[in-house]
Amino acid sequence: MLKLLLKTLKTGIATERCKTPKDNELETLGIEIKRYIDKKFSGSIAIRQVDAGSCNGCELEIHALNNPYYDIERFGIHFVASPRHADVLLVTGPVSRHMQTALLRTYESTPDPKWVIAVGDCATCGGEFGVSYASCGAVSNVIPVDMTIAGCPPTPIALMKGLLGLINLPKGNV
Amino acid sequence: MSSSNWTLAFLSQLNNTSLSIVTSPINQKSSSEKWQINSSHWHEFSRLAIEQQLRWVSGWAEHKDAQFIVNACFEKAGIYILLRTQISVDNPELPSQASVYPAANRSERHTQDMFGIRFIGHTDNRRWTRHQAWDKYSYPLRKDFSVDGEPEAITPADKDYPFIKAQGAGVYEIPVGPVHAGIIEPGHFRFLAVGELILNLEERLGYVHKGIEKIAEGRSPESLARLAGRISGDTTVGHTWAACMAMEQAATIEIPLRAALIRGVLAERERIANHLGDMGAICNDVAFVFAQMQFTRLREDWLRSNVLVFGHRLLMDIIVPGGVKIDLSADSVTVIKKDITRLKKELSEIMPIIDLNSSLEDRLYTAGYLSPEIAAAFGTLGYVGRASDQDYDVRRDAAYFPYDQVEFKVALENQGDIASRFWVRYKEIQSSLKLIDQFINQLSDGDILTEWQVPQQDSEGLGIVEGWRGEITSFVRFDTDNKIARFYPRDPSIINWPALEKLTLNNIVPDFPVCNKSVNGSYSGNDL
Repeated sequence: MLKLLLKTLKTGIATERCKTPKDNELETLGIEIKRYIDKKFSGSIAIRQVDAGSCNGCELEIHALNNPYYDIERFGIHFVASPRHADVLLVTGPVSRHMQTALLRTYESTPDPKWVIAVGDCATCGGEFGVSYASCGAVSNVIPVDMTIAGCPPTPIALMKGLLGLINLPKGNV
Repeated sequence: MSSSNWTLAFLSQLNNTSLSIVTSPINQKSSSEKWQINSSHWHEFSRLAIEQQLRWVSGWAEHKDAQFIVNACFEKAGIYILLRTQISVDNPELPSQASVYPAANRSERHTQDMFGIRFIGHTDNRRWTRHQAWDKYSYPLRKDFSVDGEPEAITPADKDYPFIKAQGAGVYEIPVGPVHAGIIEPGHFRFLAVGELILNLEERLGYVHKGIEKIAEGRSPESLARLAGRISGDTTVGHTWAACMAMEQAATIEIPLRAALIRGVLAERERIANHLGDMGAICNDVAFVFAQMQFTRLREDWLRSNVLVFGHRLLMDIIVPGGVKIDLSADSVTVIKKDITRLKKELSEIMPIIDLNSSLEDRLYTAGYLSPEIAAAFGTLGYVGRASDQDYDVRRDAAYFPYDQVEFKVALENQGDIASRFWVRYKEIQSSLKLIDQFINQLSDGDILTEWQVPQQDSEGLGIVEGWRGEITSFVRFDTDNKIARFYPRDPSIINWPALEKLTLNNIVPDFPVCNKSVNGSYSGNDL
């Protein structure tokens, strides 16, 4: 136990701050997100991630948002286990035809107002897989998409930028 | 006995039992042989093969004119053979090998769904890859099936799949997925449980089937390498390497030494990044968040170095046909060396804490037990196999360029539980660090790309590498004009998923996530 506490102390706070000039972009983005989230969502936004056919590359980078460097929860953005708890669906992959109904049902289960972010090149435009007997291609071919974050896969920084883009989007029902 | 002797002894045994085999090389570069056999002997061959302890590796078919070419790959002592037969499209039947080799079960069902080949004597002929995106009498990998298919506007859910049932007082079913609670890939798990105890687990995969085999047809080598890099995003190096190796064999070109060493660095960096992620996630699944935070931090450091050195966090599209796209500068070598020192130091501080933690001991030891016998029966690969005493690693036992230039120790455990799969990963990280060190020390000036040569029509290649999850095999056949006629990548997950069904038995339902994580199969790599 002593070793654990020592290592924790020694590691310190890995989370990147404004002061770090290299990644200052991160902090600026996060704070902008937080201001908006505070205003519109009482300080929290709940995201349900849906892999609709991805190669798992995007998932790895979405996971990274929760590592100590990015620690996206500090901005009030957290991932939830059910679409019924979510404000935002973060959808990856070209939508495989075998996931089409599951994605539609997930979308229907998400309460209004809701937003959909298509994450990654596949979700944005079909990417390497396109439309075929097995793939519906872009997420927008299946459910309405509010914004897209390109990249193969998008970096954690790009994902944070994307979230910012979403919440600055004029939306009739906000 | 020298390693190649078994093929000669086995061939003479086969001839004595009147199974005539015609052998030929796959291509000029591959060390593996092609064994042509009469289709009526397909099952009989597998029966004799299992007696000789050959491991079933991979199976796939091809459609050519009025025939199906059916392939099955076997391995023993690091020697691979490619068994092949032809059957007519009019009567596509073949005696099953799955009744002998359980590893062939899902593969044959995949071939059944994609080509309409009936495997006679298969104990389970339910559909596997097919859900509802195409009908029962359409077969996407036949040449007369267009890549667009004829899908409905909305593909319905596959709700009538006949899962195994159990009856009796207190037995109930738990359906899970395809959309899971975490940030993970989609798939369906059907549990039969009594109280908390798992009586049976049945996996239903295929949800992320993207038609990779079909859309590979007609691609250029560069384009196929890109696609291979997206079979499973966490194995982008492994799959691209295997596919490029197959294509390079077909093109009869040799990659430069410098390119091979850089590929080695890439593959070991990928292995370490994934193992770090998994080790954190295994601890997280038993609520030891300290480890999750430490390992995700180390993983992030590692990925940031990937950007500095190779320009991509996950190392996508750096391996290309003929070599690699990015060279290592002196600065890059310094970054890599620093990484090695730093990671060793960090792990030397973190691992004793994990080792001493009693709550981890309580949850990870004896849980998710996979016996060496079952692991062997299913041909279990990679760290899952090696945690259950399956001492096989392509890098050592069928060493390919540049692994034939270096020495390293293959990690092995025999307890077969989650703790074993955790510690095997740690040992593999240590080996990988040593390998990276050897690779960069051997770097000498030279090219990183060999000029491509257009392969002859019909030429084929079989790339076999040790991806971070285990052995990857990748089959490529060329058409005319440098175009791909057939591509079949076999991710180790295809072999390892059935082992998860076995190792969860008699565990409690709440331990399933950590059992699953300890195997960490790829859904995308399985579904293709």
